[in-house]
Amino acid sequence: MRKFFLPYLSSPITVVGGLLSLGWLLIALLAPVLAPYDPIKTLMPLAKPGALNPAGGTFWLGTDMLGRDILSRLIYGARTVVVFATLATLTAYLVGVVLGLIAGYRGGRLDAVLSYFANVVLSFPVLVLYIVIIVVIGSSPFNIILAVTFGSAPAIFRIVRGITIDVASRDYVAAAITQGESAWRIMLFDILPNASGPLAVDFCLRLGYTAITIGTLGFLGLGLPPPTPDWGTMVNEGRGMAIAFPHLVIFPCLAISSLMLGLSLLADGLREVSDAQGRRA
Amino acid sequence: MTLILFIVRKLGGAAAAMLTVSFLVYMALEVNVEDVAVKVLGQFSTDAQRAAWLTANGYDDPFLIRYGRWLWSFVSGNWGESTYYRAPVIDLVPDRLAASGLLAGGALLVMVPVGLFAGLLAGMRPGSLIDRAVSLLSIVTTSIPDFASAVFLSAVFVFWLNWLPGASTMLSGFSFSEMVLPVLVLAFYSTGYLARVTRASMVEVMGTHYVRTARLKGASPARIVWRHALRNALITPVTVIMLQLPWLLSGVIVVEVFYAYKGFGTLLYDAALNSDIRLVEACAMVSVLVVVATQILSDIAYGWLNPRVSLLEAAMGSK
Repeated sequence: MRKFFLPYLSSPITVVGGLLSLGWLLIALLAPVLAPYDPIKTLMPLAKPGALNPAGGTFWLGTDMLGRDILSRLIYGARTVVVFATLATLTAYLVGVVLGLIAGYRGGRLDAVLSYFANVVLSFPVLVLYIVIIVVIGSSPFNIILAVTFGSAPAIFRIVRGITIDVASRDYVAAAITQGESAWRIMLFDILPNASGPLAVDFCLRLGYTAITIGTLGFLGLGLPPPTPDWGTMVNEGRGMAIAFPHLVIFPCLAISSLMLGLSLLADGLREVSDAQGRRA
Repeated sequence: MTLILFIVRKLGGAAAAMLTVSFLVYMALEVNVEDVAVKVLGQFSTDAQRAAWLTANGYDDPFLIRYGRWLWSFVSGNWGESTYYRAPVIDLVPDRLAASGLLAGGALLVMVPVGLFAGLLAGMRPGSLIDRAVSLLSIVTTSIPDFASAVFLSAVFVFWLNWLPGASTMLSGFSFSEMVLPVLVLAFYSTGYLARVTRASMVEVMGTHYVRTARLKGASPARIVWRHALRNALITPVTVIMLQLPWLLSGVIVVEVFYAYKGFGTLLYDAALNSDIRLVEACAMVSVLVVVATQILSDIAYGWLNPRVSLLEAAMGSK
C-alpha cells in the first residue's frame, strides 16, 4: 500500500491536485453538515458577501437575487457536479470500454463500422453536438447524462481499441486462448488491465471536462432544471446583474475552476508517475 | 501527383462523413413529424393546421424520400426558412460565420505567437524557472472553463479597471475595443494548451542525438534552436493549432453568448433555444464542414513539415 502511494506523494503537483479534488468530494458528501442554510430557501435578496443575517448568522458569500445563500448553493452545487459528472463519465466509460474491447479484439467489419461512427461523432464540435442533442431530447438530468455519454464514449472507445489491438497479439493472450478461456474473460482480465494507466489519466481529465460541460450547459440555460443548485446555472442567473453584484458570478466560477484545476493537476501527476514506471520497467 | 491523390482521397472521406452527419442530424430533428409541425407552427396551432401544413410540405412521404429531398435542396443551396428570423437560412449564415471567423482569427493571432514562444522557451531548458512558470500557468489556463475566464477577465477589465466594454453587441458599427475581451477569452484556454504541447515537443527534440551532436560540435545555443530543433519541434504544435479550430468553434458559442456578439455561435444558440430546426440543421452541417476542412488542412501541413511521412502512405493508410 505504502509502496503504491509513495511515488505519488513525492510529487507536490499530485498532492495539491489530489487535495483539491478530495476537498470538493468531501464538501459534496458533507453538504448537509457544512451548508449554513437551506440552498433553495429565500432569506434576504442580494446581500453582499459578509453581510449579517437579521435572523442570526452571516452570509459569507452573499445571497442571490432570490435571496438564497450563495455559500450554501455552492456547497450543494458541489453535490450536483460530483453526482452528475461522475455518473455521466462512468456511463461513457462503460460504453466506450465495452465497445472498444469488442472492436479491438474482434476486428473485422464490426470494428470498421464502430470506428467509422466514432470518427463521425468526434467530428462534431463538442458543444454543437450537446446543443443539438439537448434540443432534440430536451433538458433533464437523464438526458444530460445521455448526451455526455454519446459525446465522450467515442474518445474512450478509441483509446481502449488502440490498446486492445496492440495487446491482443501478445503471447499470453494466445496462451489464454489455448487454455480455453472465454473471450470476455480474456478481454476483461488479460487485456483491460493494460489500459489502466492511460485510462486513469483520461478519467481524471474527462471527469473535469464533464463537470465543465455540465457547467457550460447550465451557463447557456440548457442545464439541470431550477431550483437545483448548479454552478453554471448560478452564473447564468447572476449574469444580468453582475455589474452591480459581481459576487453572484465570481464565486461559482472560482468553484468550478478550482475543481478542474485539482483534476488536471492530479491527471498530470498520475501521468508523470506512470511514465516514470514505464521507463523503469 | 501524390498530393492530388491524397487530396482526392481525403475529400472522398470528408464527403462520406458529411453524408453520415447529414443523415444523423436530419433523423434526430425530423424523424418525428408531429414534432416538426409543432416546432414550425408553434404550440398554439390546431391539429388541423398541423396536418394541413405537413401535407402541403410533403411530410406524408416516407422518411428516406424526405431525407433525399432535403439533402438535394441542401446541396443545391436551398436551406429552408428560419422560423425565428423569418428569413432564408442561407442568407443568415455567411455574415454570422464571417463575424465568428473574425473572432477566431483574433484568437489565433494571440494564441499562436504567445503559445509557441512560451512553449519553446520552456522546452529549451526543462526544469528551469521559466519552464516551471510556463507549465503551471498553462495548467491554470486550461483548467478554467470559457464562461469562467469570461467572468474573471470581465471582472478585471470591466468592473475593476473600467478599461473595456462588458458587451460586444457592435450596435454602432465595428468597434475594436469590443473585440478585445471576446478574443482574449477565446485565446485563454488554447494558448495554455498550445504552450504545453510545444513545450513537450521541444523537450523531446532537445534530447535527441542530433541535437546533442550539434552541441558537441560547438554550435551556439541560438544556432541549435534555429537550425536544428525548431522545425521538428513545430510538427506537433502546428497540427494542434489546426485541430484547435473545432475547439474554438465550441468556445465561440460561450463567448458570443456571454458578450452578446452577433456571430455563428449566437445564431446556433438562438436557433436551438427557439427550436428553429432548419437553422439548427444548417448550423450543425456548417460546423462539421469547418471541422472536416481543418482536418484535411492539418494533414497537409503535417506532411509538409514532416517529410518522413509520405502523403501517399497517409492517404492509403487506415486513417
